[in-house]
Amino acid sequence: MKISRVKELLEAEVLCCEEDLETELCSACGCDMMSDVLAYVKNQAVLLTGLVNPQVIKTAEMMDMRCIVFVRSKHPTEDMLRLAEETGLVLLATKFTLFEACGRLYVNGLRGEVG
Amino acid sequence: MAEAITFHYDVDGENFTSAGNASVQVKRKLRQLGFPPEIIKRVSIAMYEGEINMVIHANGGMADVTVSPEEVKIVLTDHGPGIADVSLAMREGYSTAPDNIRSLGFGAGMGLPNMKRYTDTMEIDTEVGRGTTITMTVKVA
Ligand SMILES: Nc1ncnc2c1ncn2[C@@H]1O[C@H](COP(=O)(O)OP(=O)(O)OP(=O)(O)O)[C@@H](O)[C@H]1O
Ligand SMILES: [Mg+2]
Repeated sequence: MKISRVKELLEAEVLCCEEDLETELCSACGCDMMSDVLAYVKNQAVLLTGLVNPQVIKTAEMMDMRCIVFVRSKHPTEDMLRLAEETGLVLLATKFTLFEACGRLYVNGLRGEVG
Repeated sequence: MAEAITFHYDVDGENFTSAGNASVQVKRKLRQLGFPPEIIKRVSIAMYEGEINMVIHANGGMADVTVSPEEVKIVLTDHGPGIADVSLAMREGYSTAPDNIRSLGFGAGMGLPNMKRYTDTMEIDTEVGRGTTITMTVKVA
């Protein structure tokens, strides 16, 4: 699924790296614990989260992710936007809850793990 | 890159906002140096976990990274409280992190086992009251 499709399904606002919306995402994870993202996530390219701090961006960068979706209309700070911009991470914000946002992507074919 | 290159970082223990910055820098350097993505990811995750640990458990410390065509070596040194029982600390799910750390997204007790998983060697030299030095290597070739 392309990031542009995620944006559409989640009626999301693009906060940074709009030029990369055509990037293809193979799978997703929804999580507020960065410890768990670091320990359990494999090749998921998009992180949906309700947590907002700079470690969310850094964790995603360490995991080679391509996109972060902030749920419940949470917005990252200027510092976080700058970090994401530097590494080329697309940031989206959606009004949906974590459960609802994950569900919308899942029913449209995005999965948690591939192969 | 024929010879080893070293990078040194001071890790600020007062400021959680900057936690992880050294690992971000190292990741970008390894990319510039052209290391394989899989190696870079392993180094990144292991170093990031260790760096966050220094900030949340040890009031900061130092990170020294030595990069050569054969291996990447990460040495994390702190003068925090030390680890009383290393085998207990290595257990998945064991954490002494307080609730305010959990609300920042850390403190599941997964960091040390994850560092071991992503590296080829990991040594923990620690003494209660003196501090902790963790040395990790990731083989490149
Ligand atoms: N540098 C350190 N100095 C002192 N104690 C440490 C240090 N690193 C780890 N510890 C101790 O070992 C425990 C386990 O560490 P580990 O990284 O596995 O989990 P955590 O940091 O508590 O949670 P997580 O890494 O999942 O966010 C910590 O809770 C802490 O008590
Ligand atoms: Mg940890």
